[in-house]
Amino acid sequence: MSRVHDMGGRFGDGPVMPDSPDAPIFATDWHARALAVTLACGALGKWNIDISRHARERLSPKDYTRFSYYEKWISALADLLVETGVLTREDLEGKDDAGVHALASKALKAEAVAAVLAKGGPANRDSAIATSFAPGDRVKTRHPGGSALVDGGHTRLPGYATGACGEILLQHGAHVLPDSNAHGLGESPEPLYAVVFKASELWAHPEHPNDEVVLDLWQSYLEAEA
Amino acid sequence: MPHDHSDHPHAVLPSDPALRVKALETILTRKGLIDPAALDEIIDTYQNKIGPQNGARVVARAWSDPAFKAALLADADPVLAELGYYGRQGEHMVVVENTPTQHNMVVCTLCSCYPWPLLGIPPGWYKSDAYRARAVREPRGVLADFGVSLPAETAVRVWDSTAEVRYLVLPMRPAGSEDLDEDALADLVSRDSMIGTALASKPDEGALT
Repeated sequence: MSRVHDMGGRFGDGPVMPDSPDAPIFATDWHARALAVTLACGALGKWNIDISRHARERLSPKDYTRFSYYEKWISALADLLVETGVLTREDLEGKDDAGVHALASKALKAEAVAAVLAKGGPANRDSAIATSFAPGDRVKTRHPGGSALVDGGHTRLPGYATGACGEILLQHGAHVLPDSNAHGLGESPEPLYAVVFKASELWAHPEHPNDEVVLDLWQSYLEAEA
Repeated sequence: MPHDHSDHPHAVLPSDPALRVKALETILTRKGLIDPAALDEIIDTYQNKIGPQNGARVVARAWSDPAFKAALLADADPVLAELGYYGRQGEHMVVVENTPTQHNMVVCTLCSCYPWPLLGIPPGWYKSDAYRARAVREPRGVLADFGVSLPAETAVRVWDSTAEVRYLVLPMRPAGSEDLDEDALADLVSRDSMIGTALASKPDEGALT
């Protein structure tokens, strides 16, 4: 029930390769274009950040694994553009009629870029759902994991942290629930917490007895520890 | 399975990634859905305007000004907004402080969440499978890949960025930096030290990355 992107704790990936101090921000020009095209298309307003993340996650495991980072972005973007009806497969094949698109008025203009990037897209919302936990409370994460709303759907509860006991560290207020928002089921905001887990609660062979992992988890991912 | 296809539309585009991007950009531009000048502006922003120099200024000020540091650790958003360090992928910031007994390190195991307004676009290694897979399970092994070794009395706390909250590490101020002003201090604060895969540089070393 997990997807290939959910790789926290996985074995076998080898060393992390730090970059050199003078490494360019974009390794090649097309990386920069891929990022910019993706951000610019977001301005068309046909999807939200959770839909966009989920589009990358549901690339086939074979594609997800063999694609480089920005290949995932650009491929998921092409998929989203077709799924949301902005483009057709014929358009992607170059058989488009070259007419101006109905959404063209929404295209991000150069003079608006600075303001759009500076404005951001905050995820906090008012919520009718009362806060169930306070810092110091003991909680347990849902098990089995995965999306409770859609089978195989988007969730931000990583597989390595399902069924684990931890402690509420911070309250972040109420935030949009990605599990819902990624599937067009509404923002469904609910309380969000930083929850701290002992490394020994998550891993068979933790490196150090005092090490910890903190995850941001929504209230519906949590129950009070029995 | 939601929206799972055996024939994803992206497969219609050229398989070479550079050509795939170019093809999509061309189609979208022809239809008026993107403005190439806007793409240039986005790239210029993250290549030249927004980067780890922003975060380094925040750290240097926190080292120099106890009241600023206290406010930053208590509620970072208004403090950072006042400095102009707000925006996309930095809407909800939490700053976590390294101490002799606790070292903080940030990862996003599910994708590549990162505090853009303070650090810019994440480096390739931050987005790599190896970092995403290993940082939560063996942070000390990952730190060794960066040449960093922590004493046994220092616990590691790894922050997995699973929501829209973004974390910035406030590294420990290095010994020998007592007489430095904020500009000189900022030079000691590398990008990696604010992710938690490096320590701040000592005054005689200079910042590495």
